[in-house]
Amino acid sequence: MPTALSSSRILQPVRPWFVLASLLCALLLNFLPTSAWPWMPDWVALVLLFWSIREPRRIGMGSGFILGLAMDVADASLMGQHALAYVLAAYVASSLSRRILWFPLGQQALHILPLLLLVQAVQFAVRAMPGVELPGLSYFLGALVGTLLWLPLTFVLLLPQYQPVERDANRPI
Amino acid sequence: MDHQPPPFFKRGPAPLARLSFYATLSLALVFVDSRFQTLEMLREGVSLFTHPIQQAAHSPVDFLNNATSYFSSVTRFQEENARLKRTQLDDALALLRTRELESENEHLRKLLEVKERQPISGRVAQILYAARDPFSRRVIVDKGQQDKIVAGQPVVDATGVIGQITRVFPFVSEITLITDKDQAVPVQIVRNGLRSVIFGLGDGQLDLRFMPANADVQNGDMLVTSGLDGIFLAGLPVAKIVHIERDTSYSFARIYCVPVAGVENFGEVMVLDAREASPLPASLTAEGATGGTRAATKPAPRKKLFKRE
Repeated sequence: MPTALSSSRILQPVRPWFVLASLLCALLLNFLPTSAWPWMPDWVALVLLFWSIREPRRIGMGSGFILGLAMDVADASLMGQHALAYVLAAYVASSLSRRILWFPLGQQALHILPLLLLVQAVQFAVRAMPGVELPGLSYFLGALVGTLLWLPLTFVLLLPQYQPVERDANRPI
Repeated sequence: MDHQPPPFFKRGPAPLARLSFYATLSLALVFVDSRFQTLEMLREGVSLFTHPIQQAAHSPVDFLNNATSYFSSVTRFQEENARLKRTQLDDALALLRTRELESENEHLRKLLEVKERQPISGRVAQILYAARDPFSRRVIVDKGQQDKIVAGQPVVDATGVIGQITRVFPFVSEITLITDKDQAVPVQIVRNGLRSVIFGLGDGQLDLRFMPANADVQNGDMLVTSGLDGIFLAGLPVAKIVHIERDTSYSFARIYCVPVAGVENFGEVMVLDAREASPLPASLTAEGATGGTRAATKPAPRKKLFKRE
C-alpha cells in the first residue's frame, strides 16, 4: 500500500467543480454506445458511490436522483428506475462512509461490490414488476468490473487533492 | 434564550427522511410511467439536457466510423456501384410490371367497389444506437418531432418490418423492435391466409401465438402483416417460421419465428406515414344519415387509435 493512498494522508479539500465535472464525465461514459458489451460498468453509479463515500455532505441522494432521471431518459428505460437504484445506493454509501474509509483500498472495493450489485438488483426488481426476464447473468458482470475499477478510480479522482498547497518549483511532483 | 447549534452541525433533514422522500418520488415515477403514458413531457424536458451529452459521447464513435469508410479503397466502392447497377436493372423489370399490375388492381377494385389500397409513403431515418436498457429491444433514430414523426408509425427496412415508433423526442425518436417482449404485430400466413398475432420473445426470436395445435402451419412459412390493426399496411413481410412445437397438453402450438428484416442491424430504415383511419363504407354512412333522430344523437364513431396502448 503506497503511503499516498492510505487514509492517514491529509488531503486538500475537494473543489466542487471537479466533483461536477467527474459526474458529467461519468454520464458521458455511460452514454457511449456500448450496449453490446454487458460487462461495461455503470460509470455513474461508480462515481456517485465514490463521492457519496468521500464527500457525503456534498453528494448524496439528491444528486443520485437527478443523475438517475438523466440515465432513465437516455436509456429509454422506465422513468425512476435508475433514480431509485442510485438514491438507495447513495444512502447506503453515505451512511457507511465513515466505516468504509477506515479500510485499505482493496477492502474498500469489497464494500463497493454489494453496493454496485444493489444498483443492478433494484433496477431488475423494478422492471420485474411489469414482467421482464433476467437478461442473463452477464447483467451483473458490470458490477464486478466496477469493483475492480475502484482502485484506479480512487487514484484518478483524488489526484487533484494530492497537490501541495504551496507550489514549489524544485519539487518533483 | 435558546441555543442554536453552530452551522457546522446543520445537515438538513435526517438521511432517513431524505431517503424516504426520494425513494417515494422514484417509486411514484415508476408507477406512473408503467401504468399511464403521462410522463412524456418530463422525458422531453430531461432529454433537452441529456441530448447534447449523448451527441458529445457519440461524436468520437461517429468520427471513427466515418474515418474508416473514408479510407476504404476506391475499388470496393466501384464494385458496390456495379453491383447496385445490376440489381437496379433486375428490379426495373419487376417495377415496370408492378406499376402495370397496380393500375390494373386499382381498376378492378373500383369495379368491385372496394376501397383503394393506400400507397406507401414515408421518410428515411438513420439508426443512431441501441438503447442501453438490457430489458428491452429498442433503437434510437435521428428523426423526431422536428420531422413530424408521431408515436405509432411503423418502421420497415428494405426486407421487412422492423418495429414501431413508441416515443418521440424533439430531435430523435425511439423504435420498439418487433423482437421486444411488449411488441405485438398482427400477421397472416402467406400460404393460406391464417391470421394471428406475433409477439417478440426478447432474445431475437418471435412467437406466433393463438394458433391451435392442429393449425395448418409449416416450417418455412412466411408471415406478412395482416393490416387488421389499422397501423401496419397489409402485406409487409415480418417473419419466417423456423420451429413448431405441438404439445397436446396445451391448446395452442408454440411456433418460433425469426424476423425477415435485419432487426438487429444498424443502418437506414424507413418510417412509414401513419395509416389513415379507414372511413365507413358509403352504404353504411348513408343509412346512418337517414336513420332518424335516434341515430343522429348517437356519438360519432370512435376513430381508430394509432398509438399502441
